[in-house]
Order: sequence, then structure tokens, then C-alpha cells
Amino acid sequence: MILARVLGNIVATQKNDRYESARVMLCEQITPTGEPTGTTVLALDSVDSGAGDTVLIVQEGWGASTAATGKAGAAIDSAIVGVVDRIDLLEETDAE
Amino acid sequence: MQLARVIGTVVATIKNESLEGRKLLVVQTLNKDLQPHGKPMVAIDSVGAGVGELVFWCRGKEASFPFKRDDTPTDCTIVGIIDSDRHVTQRSL
Repeated sequence: MILARVLGNIVATQKNDRYESARVMLCEQITPTGEPTGTTVLALDSVDSGAGDTVLIVQEGWGASTAATGKAGAAIDSAIVGVVDRIDLLEETDAE
Repeated sequence: MQLARVIGTVVATIKNESLEGRKLLVVQTLNKDLQPHGKPMVAIDSVGAGVGELVFWCRGKEASFPFKRDDTPTDCTIVGIIDSDRHVTQRSL
């Protein structure tokens, strides 16, 4: 799983059937200390996250499809599966 | 999934038989500001996308799931067309 911050969302009327009623969120990957990495990713929301939230994104298709739509086997490679409250790091850890 | 702009089409007469009839498009992945990021890739279309449109694509094994034959050899499939550039919203944080 990766850590990311939710920036917003996208609207797509024409999409794969399995995305019906899904919220597609625009997210940016962050480091454990909260710094943006510049890498953006779209992920389906399964936990009612919103812009500004720090979230956990699973990037494995089976788990992402199941979390976001309740069923496996969809063309979904990323899903938000948790909203992060806090991250505690060892002080000397130079986490990137 | 990633945001991308469709920037071209690919014609391949000789290809894997399960790619018969599939539309091959060149997509340029974009960052959150809709600026190009990384190298263009070739994607299979599953939603009727065309050149110039803003789309999002799915990577990996899951990319083959929109097709009846999920052994379709693809690792990059367009799964949605974003209504317009204005429909990528970012709240100022």
C-alpha cells in the first residue's frame, strides 16, 4: 500500500460499467513525513475520503476491485482503503 | 489508474488474435495539473475514446478485465473518458 493525499476528484460519464456509482479520486503520493512526491494516481474511494485526507491506497487489482466495488475482477488497479489519522516515525528515521 | 490525453492512434495489421478489432491509441500520461508526465504508451480502448480526449487508464493484469476474453494481452487499457478538463477538480488545501 502507498500513502497519498487526496487532492480532488474527476467526473467521467462514459466509463467502464464496473465504475458505476464509484468516486474516482485524484491523489498524490506522499512520503511518510507528508512531503508530496509529485506522483499522482487515480483511485476509487471505498471509505468516504475527501480532499485533504491522507489515505492508504492499495495497488493490487484483486484487493482494489473488491474493496471499491464489492466484487473482484474489475479493471481497477488502485483503491483507497483507509484514512490515515497519524503516522509515528522514529526520530532518526530518514524516511523517503 | 492514471490521467492521460489520447495523442494518436496505432495501426497494426498483424497482431495477437485476441487483439482483433481492438482500437490501439497512444496515450500521454498527465500529472495533476494536466501537464505531460513520463513517456507516451500504447493503450487498448474499452470505452470509445478518440484522439484529443482526456481519459484515464488502468494498468496491469486488471487492464484485460473489460474484455470478454480476459486473456487479452494488454497492460494498459482506457477505462473512462473524463467529461472535460474542468471535470478534474482539486480543492485548494
